[in-house]
Parts: sequence; structure tokens; C-alpha cells
Amino acid sequence: MGDKYLNLVNSGITKDLAKRLGLPRPAHLRRYHPGAPLVTGPVLVVGKGAGADAAASTLLDWNLDVRRHSGPKEKLGAIVLALDAIEHPDDLAAPVLETGAALKGLQPGGRVISISRPATAGDPTAVAAARQGVDGLLRSIAHELRGGATGNGILLTDGVDAAATSVTGALRFFLSGRSAYVDGQFLLVGSGKGSVPTDWERPLAGQVAVVTGAARGIGAAIARTLRRDGADVVVVDVPAAGDHLADVANEIGGTALQLDITADDAGQRILDHALGRYGRLDIVIHNAGITRDKLLANMDESKWNSVLAVNVAAQLRINEQLMSSGGFNKSPRIVSLASTSGIAGNRGQTNYAASKAAVIGMVRATAPLLANQDGTINAVAPGFIETEMTARMPLATREVARRLNSLQQGGRPADVAETVAFLAGSSAGGISGQVLRVCGQNLVGA
Amino acid sequence: MDNSSGNNIQQTAATSGQQNPADTGASGVRRKAVVIGGNRIPFARTGGAYARSSNQDMLTAALDGLVARFGLQDERIGEVAAGAVLKHSRDFNLTRESVLGSALSAETPAYDVQQACATGLETVVGLANKIKLGQIESGIAGGVDTASDAPIAVSEGLREVLLSVSRAKSLKEKLTAVSKLRPKDLAPDAPSTGEPRTGLSMGEHQALTTAHWEISREAQDELALASHRNLAAAYGRGFFDDLVTPYRGLSKDSNMRPDTTMEKLAKLSPVFGKNLGQGATMTAGNSTPLTDGASTVLLGSEDYARSRNLPILADVVDAEAGAVDFVHGKEGLLMAPVYAAPRLLARNGLTLEDFDFFEIHEAFAGTVLSTLAAWEDAGFCRTRLGLDKPFGKVDRSKLNVNGSSLAAGHPFAATGGRIVATLAKMLHEKGSGRGLISVCAAGGQGVVAILEAR
Repeated sequence: MGDKYLNLVNSGITKDLAKRLGLPRPAHLRRYHPGAPLVTGPVLVVGKGAGADAAASTLLDWNLDVRRHSGPKEKLGAIVLALDAIEHPDDLAAPVLETGAALKGLQPGGRVISISRPATAGDPTAVAAARQGVDGLLRSIAHELRGGATGNGILLTDGVDAAATSVTGALRFFLSGRSAYVDGQFLLVGSGKGSVPTDWERPLAGQVAVVTGAARGIGAAIARTLRRDGADVVVVDVPAAGDHLADVANEIGGTALQLDITADDAGQRILDHALGRYGRLDIVIHNAGITRDKLLANMDESKWNSVLAVNVAAQLRINEQLMSSGGFNKSPRIVSLASTSGIAGNRGQTNYAASKAAVIGMVRATAPLLANQDGTINAVAPGFIETEMTARMPLATREVARRLNSLQQGGRPADVAETVAFLAGSSAGGISGQVLRVCGQNLVGA
Repeated sequence: MDNSSGNNIQQTAATSGQQNPADTGASGVRRKAVVIGGNRIPFARTGGAYARSSNQDMLTAALDGLVARFGLQDERIGEVAAGAVLKHSRDFNLTRESVLGSALSAETPAYDVQQACATGLETVVGLANKIKLGQIESGIAGGVDTASDAPIAVSEGLREVLLSVSRAKSLKEKLTAVSKLRPKDLAPDAPSTGEPRTGLSMGEHQALTTAHWEISREAQDELALASHRNLAAAYGRGFFDDLVTPYRGLSKDSNMRPDTTMEKLAKLSPVFGKNLGQGATMTAGNSTPLTDGASTVLLGSEDYARSRNLPILADVVDAEAGAVDFVHGKEGLLMAPVYAAPRLLARNGLTLEDFDFFEIHEAFAGTVLSTLAAWEDAGFCRTRLGLDKPFGKVDRSKLNVNGSSLAAGHPFAATGGRIVATLAKMLHEKGSGRGLISVCAAGGQGVVAILEAR
């Protein structure tokens, strides 16, 4: 599963050679580990208004070195570009050009994070134009960044305060190594709900989480990450994967629940296990998924049905059982795994793409149903992730797939897991019904 | 417990002066031992999926699956007891070594038990007794066996020579010792299921008993068919989802034949008792094959289970061991449970009518059917069991309802754990009632036990 090319272009003679030949040079990404500094250097806050003030104040609370003006040739860990107060496309010029001037000082693994408000049909035309302009701006910045630096945007729904908890949560997530493979993405904060954890290194302490499809790959990584962040984890997979599942459970001190999630009573059995053993259930991660690739012309009923049954119908049924049970109603969190295939489509994956797009639809429609209990549901859409599955792809296909993104490399299961863990945390309480891609700004479906 | 119902068996028990254990339990002197759950690896036909797995590998895997199911990582369990029938001499500390290789705390003590095929059930009984006495709060019982990785000993001749060589001091003495070696001594001594005192294999012994009780070929095949169908149906409805953890690519017992039929079973030739002519009824289809596998059962006090939010499936009520004199032909090799069960039930003031499930280990279909026939036979019950009427009839609809050893296979020491965990779950699902377990064993022995639903 290793990316040999990435290592070659980052060391020794091959590094110089790649430089001279102008070959793509993916960087080692700055990834999170407990104790890691939030950013690598000073943070420059650009722009005027509530967003800039709130961000600067938050950053100062975290004891970071915050600058409101960039000095010449100064090395920066991150740039926060606050554009929430703009009212006309003309307002973009000053803060954007100031950002541009500071970009050369951005360190490897640096961050550019915009804070703005989404354009809506009800906005005055100039305001909408300005706000929508941020979309193209931020995505282009992300494309231009090198050295493993990323650019992402926080969108604040009108009426949500710039100091809202989830703005703080999203800011911290995007600054940190947790978002290493999230690039060129916007995340909408829709309410002021949520709470800041007492310990940012164990934000899920005291919570009980269930992860489906946890025997290996991305699911196992999610289970490990949730555990690292403090949660008690129930790992679920089909009985046939039980040996790997037991290994994961024993590694993280969790419990293994062998269960086919397409069973009629799967939701009830998950709830019984969590309440029986831990007395509560706070987080459900719908990760289990299968592929049965075939061109539609050659698709048979069983390939179509099994993918839809596992990837979305089971999630719908489980959610329904959990939400009607009365045992999953104290700020519940659901995170579903979608896919960039579900956004862009993929040849040979009509069944898979339909199921993953369906997950996105389900997430959007379920969000309002959970709002009364301060619950959230979101989707995470991974792009090319280095797993046992992608390791089996033909070499050429794999190499192309790896490089077709701004970070010019595949992500790791842990990258997906970090995003899932963030959305499962209390600080993301104001984010619901959203889809966050973990794809290194993949060109597919961008 | 009501002792005044005038049942003859109870009178027998009363005259023998034995105590009713339920009385001591109710008085609070002794506390309850409960079955919390179990885990086993799928059982594999010998030489199959686990051909390269040792007893220690398999027992460790079964323990790790149990740890994962109940979140016992790094926990110090009161004691782990397990064993194997076919055991290498290097595995003298098999259970402790398996614990050390597992996810349990390395401070968990362990001991090995060996009582032939009753090993697994005896580990449950022993640990349950320690729990009842308050010596431990939790225990893991288990067993494992492999005929694939069976110990092969050197011949007695070679062994004597090797020991002489090791005692010899000079080169001359060593050479003298080696010179006593003969070619025939080089042939290895493989383990067999033969009885040391009769030279007959277990199957040949059972063939005599089967013929004695005139158990028909058809009846044996029917029992085998039911075992396969019941086991397959249990897998089909997910019954084993929380009892079995896959191992080495196997997620179901490899001996199971869900699609077998009476016709297919009827085609098999007899393999035991071939000298019995018409009485040769025992085939590979209605006898258990050599099997590899391991099983574990988590036991605890009620306090232990409750304090850790663990399920309570059943109480381990009581157990009794028995043995028969098969050497002098007084009784069949595998008939000891026939004698032990009436004693156990009498002591507990129970009859066969008081049970909702019967788990009679299917060493051979003939064993189960001979057992049932003996309990229904007035003459046998009078002369051998000392009862003035038949012990009773086992309702066949309550017998081995989720399959037994004919379908699952029989890794000797692992069978007891399979049965206890399976029965405990069945009782818990039913929500009430009792189950009787009967396991026969080599050496003319047997252990029977009672579980009660929680």
C-alpha cells in the first residue's frame, strides 16, 4: 500500500531529478498525532469584521502567535482569510491580494482557511456575487498550494455568529494535521449548537461509538481514531470477518459485535449491545460498504441489489430504529461514508455511485429530524484512499488515480477517520446535513 | 425444592443421604455461578483448514474472540481452565501459555484439565464450583483439540535407547546403548482412539453397545440428518453470530452438510462393527469425524456479570461425573452418562420431564440412541439404575435442537464448551426452563450437568 513514488521524489538524487524534470512532487503531509502542535508557525489573520476578530481571539486563546499584518518574508503556519463581511466583489481585492503576498511565506504543511457566508437567492445581488466569488477563489488557492499545504473554507449561515462553537471546531480541524487530506473544501456551519471539549486531545471522552465495517481498512482506522480521541468503541462487521474484527476490538479495548447490518433488527441489536454493555450510545458511524462493479449493460440483479442493500438501505433502517428507540437522543451523532463516486459518478459503478449518492440524500433529509435532540448527521466522501482494495488496482490506473488531486497522492484510512472523528465530536454540533470530501481536492467531481 | 412429591428417584437420593444443592444455594451459603457467554472457532475436519494450527494457536484464537466479544482486554480473570485430549508433552502448560498469548492480562492464572472428551464440560464444572464457593469472581472454561497436529511419539524401543544414551557417561557406553536399536524401533507411535485396556477403538466399543440396544441404521441416520439440518438452520438464522468467531478462513463448521439426505447417508458403508453382520450399522455419516477446534465459556458470579454490564444467560446448577466398568464387559464404553444423569436429577429433585432442552453429545448417533433406549427400558432401569420404573423418555423435539457433534464435529476437549455456550444461549432466548447436558468420554467415563435459564 506504500506510495514509493512519493518517497522517491522527497529524498536523495531522485528528489533533484524529479525537480529538474518538472515531475509532480507530492509532499509528505502533516498529520495529527496527540501532542502535535496545532500549526507549524504564526497564523496571519487577514480581513475585517466579526469573522476576523473572532478567529483572532480564538487563536489567541489557543496561545498561538497571531498576526493581523504580514511582515516581509515572514514564515507562516497558516493564513485565515476572513471574508464574512464582504458586500461587493470589489471588497475581495484587498484581503485577497494581501493573502497572495503572504503565500510565499507559507510553510510546508501550511493552511489557508477562508471564513465567509454562503450566497443565497435572497441575498442582494452584489452580496451574492461577492460571497459566491469566494468559492472559486478558495478552490483555486488550494490548487496553487504546494508542499502539502491545503486550503479550505468555513461557511457561516446567515444568523450564525462568527464566534459559534462549530466555527471554532472547524477552524481547529482545518488548521490541524487532522485535516491533512482535506483540501479545497467548504464546510457549512448551520447553527450555534455544539460545545467545546474540555480536552481537545480527547474530545470524545465518555462517549460510546459504534463503527460498522470495522474489521479492516477505513472502518478499522475510524475505530482506532475514535478510541484515541477517548470514545468507547463497539466494532461491527459481518460474522465472516469476525477474526479481523476481534483483532481490532482487542487492539483498541472495545467490544466486537458480529452482525450483518442488512438484518431486519440490526439497529435494535446495535442499540441493545451499546446500552447493555455501556449504558449509552452517542455516535454511529455507517462505514460498512461493498462494491460489485459492472458496466450497467452487464449488471445483474444480485450485484445491484446487494450494493444498494448494504450501502444505503441498511443505514436507513438502522437510523430509523435508533431514532425511534428513545435510546439515541442525547446529542446523537451519525456519520455516513459516501464517496466521490457518489458525487461524480464512475464508470462501472452505477450501483455503488447510486448507493453513495443516496447516502448523501439520506443525510440531508435526516438532519432536520435530529435537530430537536441537538443531533447531527453528516457524510464523509473519501477520494482515492490507500487501502487493500485500491492496492489491488492495476498499477497504471492506481498511479493516475493517486496523482489526480492537488496533493498528488492517495490519502490514508486515518485521514478519513480524522474527519469522521471531527464530525462525531461535540464541537461539530452546529454542522449537520453536510458532505465533507476527504480527497486531496480530487479533480473528479470537484 | 419440593422433596415430598413421592418420586422414586428422589427417594433413592434421599436414602443415599445426599444434599439438595439448591437448598444451600437458597440459604445464601453458596452463591450462583452463571454463564455469561461463549466463543469458539469453527470446527474443522482434521487435515483441513487448521492442518497447520497447534492447540495453543487455536485456544488462543478462541480466547481472543471471547475477549473481543466481552471487552475483557487486559482484564485479570479469576482463573482460566482448559485442556486438550491429544497433547504434546511440551504443552504441559497449554492453557497458561494460551492466556499469555491472548489479550487477557498476563496476571490471569490458568490450569490444564484432562478428562478425555469430558474435559471441556469438567472445566466448566470446576470453575463454576470455585465461583460458587467465592474463590473466584470470574472464570473462562475451555478446551481444544487437534488431530491434525497430534503428537507423534517415538516407539518404546527408541525411547528406551535414547534415555540410555542420555544416562551413558563414556563414548563406549553411549555406543553400546545405540547398538541396541533395532529397525522396527524407528517406526513412530501415533496416537489412536483405542482403549488401552481393550485395544478396541471407541467406534468398535460403541458398535457393540449399538447392537446390544438394537439401534437401527435408519434411526442413526435420521439423528445424523437432524443434526446437520438443525445446525445449518441455526447458522442460517444467525444463532452463532455471538458464539463463533471465524478462524483461518473458516466461518462455519466444515463438517456440516446442510444438503445431506437420508439417501446419501444410506449409501455409506459401515465402518465399525463390521463383524456384526446385520448389526453393522455405524457409518462415517452417523459417527463423528476427527476434528480440530477450540471453545471457551465465560463464567462469573452474578455480581461480576452485573458490575460489568455483562449478560447472564444461565445458571450452572449442578453436575455429576460417572464411570462404568467396560473393561470386563459389564457395560458399554460410552454409557457412563446413563448412570450419572439419574443420580444428578435425583439430587436436584428433577425428572426428565422438567427439562426443556437435552444436549446429548453425539459421539456416535448410536451413543445418543442407546442412552435414550436405556432410560426407557424398565428392566435396565431396575437392575442397573436401581429405579422401580423407567427413568423416562426424552422428548426428541427437545434434543440437540441446534445440532450437535455429528454435524459440528467433535474436537474432543472443545465439545463441552460448545455445548455449554450453545445451551446457555438457547435457555436465555427461551427465557425460562432447564437444560441437561450429557457428555460421554473415553475410559468409560461421562459428565452430566444442569443449566437453568436466566
